[in-house]
Amino acid sequence: MAAWFPAWAQPVSSGITAPLPTVSGNDITLRIARQTMRIDGKLSRAIGINGTVPAPLIRLKEGQTAKLTVINDLDEDSSIHWHGLILPFQMDGVPGVSFPGIKPKSTFVYEFPVVQSGTYWYHSHSGLQEQLGHYGPIVIDPAGADPIGYDREHVVVLSDHSQLSPEAIFRKLKVNPGHFNMQRQTLAGLLAGKDQPLKERIDWGKMRMDPTDVADVNGSTYTFLVNGHGPRDNWTALFSPGERVRLRIVNASAMTIFNVRIPGLRMTVVQADGLNVVPTEIDEFQIAVAETYDVIVTPAEDRAYTFVAEANDRSGMGRATLAPRAGMVAEVPPLRERPLATMKDMGMGDMSDGAMAGMDHSGSGDMGAMPMPATDPSCPPEHAKMGHCTPAGEGGAMAGMDHGSGGMQHSMRDFSVAPQVKRDPSVQTISPMPMDRMGEPGQGLENVGHKVLTYHDLVALERNPDVRAASRSLDIHLTGNMERFMWSFDGIKMSDYHEPIPFIEGERVRINLINDSMMSHPIHLHGHFFELVTGKGDRSPRKHTVLVQPGGTASFDFTADALGDWAFHCHLLYHMHAGMMRVVSVRPKGDGE
Amino acid sequence: MTRVALLLAGIAPLAFAVPAAAQSMDHSMHGAAPAPTPAPSPTPAPAPVAQPAPEAPAEGPMEQMDHGNMQGMDMEPEASSCPPEHAAMGHCTPEAEAPDKGASDMGAMDHGAPQSSDPDCPPEHAKMGHCTPKGESADPMAGMEAMATTSASGTDLPPGDAAAPPPPGDWYADRIYPQAEMEHSRHDMMKENGAQTIAFISFNLAEYQARKGRDGFRWDGEAWYGGDINRLTLKSEGEGVFGEGVEETEIQALYSRAIGPYFNAQAGIRQDLGPGPDRTYATIGFEGLAPYWFEVEGALFLSNKGDLLGRLEGYYDQRITQKLILQPMAEFNFALQDVPETGTGSGLSDLELGLRLRYEIVKEFAPYVGVEWTRKVGDTARFARAAGEDASGVSFVMGVRAWF
Repeated sequence: MAAWFPAWAQPVSSGITAPLPTVSGNDITLRIARQTMRIDGKLSRAIGINGTVPAPLIRLKEGQTAKLTVINDLDEDSSIHWHGLILPFQMDGVPGVSFPGIKPKSTFVYEFPVVQSGTYWYHSHSGLQEQLGHYGPIVIDPAGADPIGYDREHVVVLSDHSQLSPEAIFRKLKVNPGHFNMQRQTLAGLLAGKDQPLKERIDWGKMRMDPTDVADVNGSTYTFLVNGHGPRDNWTALFSPGERVRLRIVNASAMTIFNVRIPGLRMTVVQADGLNVVPTEIDEFQIAVAETYDVIVTPAEDRAYTFVAEANDRSGMGRATLAPRAGMVAEVPPLRERPLATMKDMGMGDMSDGAMAGMDHSGSGDMGAMPMPATDPSCPPEHAKMGHCTPAGEGGAMAGMDHGSGGMQHSMRDFSVAPQVKRDPSVQTISPMPMDRMGEPGQGLENVGHKVLTYHDLVALERNPDVRAASRSLDIHLTGNMERFMWSFDGIKMSDYHEPIPFIEGERVRINLINDSMMSHPIHLHGHFFELVTGKGDRSPRKHTVLVQPGGTASFDFTADALGDWAFHCHLLYHMHAGMMRVVSVRPKGDGE
Repeated sequence: MTRVALLLAGIAPLAFAVPAAAQSMDHSMHGAAPAPTPAPSPTPAPAPVAQPAPEAPAEGPMEQMDHGNMQGMDMEPEASSCPPEHAAMGHCTPEAEAPDKGASDMGAMDHGAPQSSDPDCPPEHAKMGHCTPKGESADPMAGMEAMATTSASGTDLPPGDAAAPPPPGDWYADRIYPQAEMEHSRHDMMKENGAQTIAFISFNLAEYQARKGRDGFRWDGEAWYGGDINRLTLKSEGEGVFGEGVEETEIQALYSRAIGPYFNAQAGIRQDLGPGPDRTYATIGFEGLAPYWFEVEGALFLSNKGDLLGRLEGYYDQRITQKLILQPMAEFNFALQDVPETGTGSGLSDLELGLRLRYEIVKEFAPYVGVEWTRKVGDTARFARAAGEDASGVSFVMGVRAWF
């Protein structure tokens, strides 16, 4: 009966229904130690907490004080970062930024008030331990009634696991770019009429760009896990038909962006990154590394459904089952065809349909980038950029600006487009015409025939706490070199530069993230929520992590209200490890100068 | 050539799009203004399924009206009896449902569709709150409290141009934890995120060469140690004949520095060993990835006898399948002058063309078979013939490409 399962989905168990072990209360002890774990019947080395991978579910209540005693039983330094939690910076758990780390065989006590509710997670911020299993979910129950109604909940932690050590993975990425890519374009493919036609392949070859480079580390070495179980283990979430089931989905992967769907069931997104959003019904969503989404499903029938978490490069999938009883399975859909990067993914605007909008608004997502002071009140800059008006005294220059220079000539590395970016071998390309892509579902999800979530679908359920206009804006370029596996912000690696990015306590700033690479980057700011600039005004979705799509931009406003130094980085583990990180410092005006 | 084609391909649709753009602006590109999607029906759905939320509400504040969600905002105290999320799903009706009528009106207004007849206030401007089109009177909005305060707020507001503060001169954690401990962990953290050093050894060629006369062998390898920018690189290549031993061996020790995204500049020394005269050279060269995915390498060598030599080589990996790869390669050696001691003639002294088919069992280990054709040119050929050797030759090769 299992004959129609692909090999990787052949069951090795009749379904594991055990939920994650839970710890809760006012005094929680967590012990970090090396262990083994069994995935699809195969033993692997891991780092776990309290003997489990993922680490136990930490269940807290809004308003309580959390006291978490962390014992490091490893032979190396470790740490726990509470991802998405608003807390004093010295409890944030980033060695070298917020505290000195936890030495081997020693104990650190985290203590902080719990001021929020929702689905979050925690993980190591030391070395590459996170890849080995040092991650777990956090659920904080609201102090009052939960505005989200549900009959049953399941916590679903997605992750990736390799038999290779994380150090080996990183080294291979460094010495052999594209090492893990086993879905490249081939001559056989060309002859079979697959993928790009010859002309396009030559054009891309000239640019030294590989359109199949979607995920640096992928299914060629990873097994994708749901709550620590492989596809053949078939972790199973139980329900009774007709129940409203809340799935709290956490992407705790080191490197994998998942596309999540449950064939046969629509999902209602009710929470993103721990904060409630206006319910929105979808069929599929992309969940970047470090994001969380809570969805409600209402399976009416007495049958099993497959929960599919497909890697964004379609090199494999995490799989679980929703079923009324243990031991049931539903059909596992085959992997869909892998996406190929487009010119848009290289920041060349929307060349596919020649949309003018793409070209001329390309800069709008990062208005701050354009040196255009709105001196003429009758012609604010955003109008001027559309060519609706010309600000007094800026005449000719403007015309040149609009459709001119950088964009049209398609230089792949024109530093005049991004003057702040350091001329460095770590910068392979600079997006000539980056577009705001927050309204797009993600690579390979443009034409899947059903509704896929975009950031534009998210509307905060509660009014934003701070609705002031940003007093300034700051552009940050996400830069990298895929041929050297170097990653940086503005061409500067964490290891290059000591100075933090400064903010005045209480100031509100717009951050424009401009992706100058052909890879997606989930960018995480510690200690703060930020409001995505998606036209939702005072109901902007608030997040702790935002995925900036290839060659695109994403903007957010945030209030620098959390005193101290905080980490700010790409949450793809090996990108951060290669340098894509900076420290952000929030100080009262005049402090520390 | 291709660049021009690419450019043309880019311009063509652009030219067509110009007139169209004036009519249909894609506001999804515009940070501040949402896409003009019609507002969804405000009627609560009877099914126990959530009402689809607006895909992209007409306007931030406006959106609050069409979903029962606004009630949620206004009636937080009642949240427990009828949470907004439920209301939206039609599970219950908040007491203040009545004003929803107003919301219906709003829905009917359909702010999404550009329908303004006011030339002074095109819809996309109105959306930004920059102007109010005539005729679209505030009437339907007047009753709505939320609307009264609706000029843009939150992220719809454009950012100002305040100055950034200067970066702080200290680290905040040093105020809480012992400074020495923080200093140490900070150093580790910086190093850990971008400053790794790596050691790498590879053999591009390690092969058996079958040919007319005595068979031979050949290797060509490289090792390096260092970071992203600065590396110590060792290169070695050589060949020999079975029964006669090593004919030529060359070892280079180079400082290698990344000078761009794709290329390293290299400088150092080269030492030749073997039966011929042992020469030492000062070396300067480059290696990297050229457009169209050609791996290329070139160097100039100045010997301790004052002779200047040059070399240019390159290869291309043609992937036939994911694991089967055809690698054409070429190498050219040049000399500024005749060097009779080493049998080298001036100008292009020799060239070599190879074609190797490898199978990557794993990427680190790939056995191959292939063919190699070498030819000595000009005076080099003359020197060879004088020494009783062939000026050209073909070998069938079998070897392994490996790296660690």
